[in-house]
Amino acid sequence: MNVSIAFKTIVKKEIYRFIRIWPQTLLPPAITTTLYFLIFGKLIGDRIGMINGASYMDYIVPGIILMSVISHSYANVVSSFYSTKFQRNIEELLVAPVPNWIILSGYISGGIIRGLLVGMVVALISLLFADFAVHNLTIALITAILTATLFSLAGFINAILAESFDDISIIPNFVLTPLSYLGGVFYSVDMLPPIWQTISMGNPILYMVNAFRYGLIGVSDIDIQLTFIITGGFIIALVILCLYLLHKGIGIKN
Amino acid sequence: MKALSLCNLRKTYSNGFEALKGIDLTVEEGDFFALLGPNGAGKSTAIGIISSLVTASSGSVSVFGHDLNTERDLAKSCIGLVPQEVNFNQFDTAKSIVLNQAGYYGLPHKLALQRTEHCLKQMDLWDKRDTISRRLSGGMKRRVMIARAMVHAPKLLILDEPTAGVDIEIRRSMWKMMQEVNQQGTTIILTTHYLEEAESLCRNIAIIDEGRIVEHSDMASLLARLHIDHFILDLAEPLTSAPIIDGCQIELISDKVLNVAIPKEIGLNHLFSQLTAQNIKVMSLKNKTNRLEQLFMDLVTAK
Repeated sequence: MNVSIAFKTIVKKEIYRFIRIWPQTLLPPAITTTLYFLIFGKLIGDRIGMINGASYMDYIVPGIILMSVISHSYANVVSSFYSTKFQRNIEELLVAPVPNWIILSGYISGGIIRGLLVGMVVALISLLFADFAVHNLTIALITAILTATLFSLAGFINAILAESFDDISIIPNFVLTPLSYLGGVFYSVDMLPPIWQTISMGNPILYMVNAFRYGLIGVSDIDIQLTFIITGGFIIALVILCLYLLHKGIGIKN
Repeated sequence: MKALSLCNLRKTYSNGFEALKGIDLTVEEGDFFALLGPNGAGKSTAIGIISSLVTASSGSVSVFGHDLNTERDLAKSCIGLVPQEVNFNQFDTAKSIVLNQAGYYGLPHKLALQRTEHCLKQMDLWDKRDTISRRLSGGMKRRVMIARAMVHAPKLLILDEPTAGVDIEIRRSMWKMMQEVNQQGTTIILTTHYLEEAESLCRNIAIIDEGRIVEHSDMASLLARLHIDHFILDLAEPLTSAPIIDGCQIELISDKVLNVAIPKEIGLNHLFSQLTAQNIKVMSLKNKTNRLEQLFMDLVTAK
């Protein structure tokens, strides 16, 4: 069997899904981030001044873009795969000769594409407020893709283990949002007391935000190589976990 | 060739419920096979295992010679499943549901489009191809599921109560469609609660009860085991008491309706000659119960 056709079918279905409901998927981040840029960047930022040689507006743009990538790549996979489970149309895939890795890569690709698309929308909006030359596009792109991949995988695991719609909102509300806000989006980790600096180092989002910031404006609190090692390590671990869950049929088979 | 072979198939759920207690079953290629049983007997579990939706505790499943464990993709490619309940995305159109399924089976896009059109036309759904599926009627949704199951031209089609809850007109059109599909060479396994449906469509039958196969034979020899037929007779003139005929049990239901239980060896000619002799004129006659239903009840209650 030609598994690439099955892969393309899942990806096309996923893209069609979030494009069809664009007022829920693409419009809200545009509005929310415009407000972020206006309130934090413009009104408050003008009183803060420079951080690590960058204006406050330029400093927060990369973090806000990446925060959108994180939340939307996660949300896409968790809501889509959980709905597929809930409506039982996961059975369409389970009865067909589609390998587990194709199911996983199809859904993850959908999450990555939505995450990057939302990231692009936010980046375009940021052009209205910020003015900077991209420092290293390759690092920015690689960081965005790795981040979207990691959080798509996390969303997939959440969807597999979720038993109700409540279960798919717990992680985004109580884990993802706090980690994002504490991941150095709005501040430099150097501004924190030493104890909080140490605690912040346990937050993987801090590494990704800083790597992305380095790619866009050339400023980072963290070693970029370390970011790629940590993100890559998490991705490998989550891929193995996802494939194990699919193989065992946990949450999707009797 | 055997379309399906189950060998000592067992399933115990995590709560300890033993749904299948080692069933053996074979279905020949080209057959129209009925798998019957009361609710909770293990039919859906067996179908779930065959179609990879349920993991078996032990035993083996072979589909057209392909073992489901060792040649999973080949075995899966042979099967089309129409589940009991609607399980497609209700926000997708009928066409995209069928087309996506073709994609999951690896059909190239051009062929997938041709097969989708063919199956939707066969199910009389082509005019509804761009309708969002939740706006379709119950019967149409079932036909979408049949079209979806047929899109990769499976050699074995499993229909799990396909006509449950649909009106008699749609049911009969679905029977016709199932017969056509079977005549074109597709092996069909049907589970149904409408025993009349199984009796009129299927050539072979298995009855499963409490996780065990309690009957596995051809329909004709199973029905031949039935010794007594029950008829309802509508009379021209009212009676005050039931007539007495040797060998028959007759009950007067109302003044112009008789309920007659007659052994096969006596035959209807004898009954009618005796009624005629007693000046009782019969206007019409019908079977009181479905014959298979009676056998089914005998088998699942004989414990």
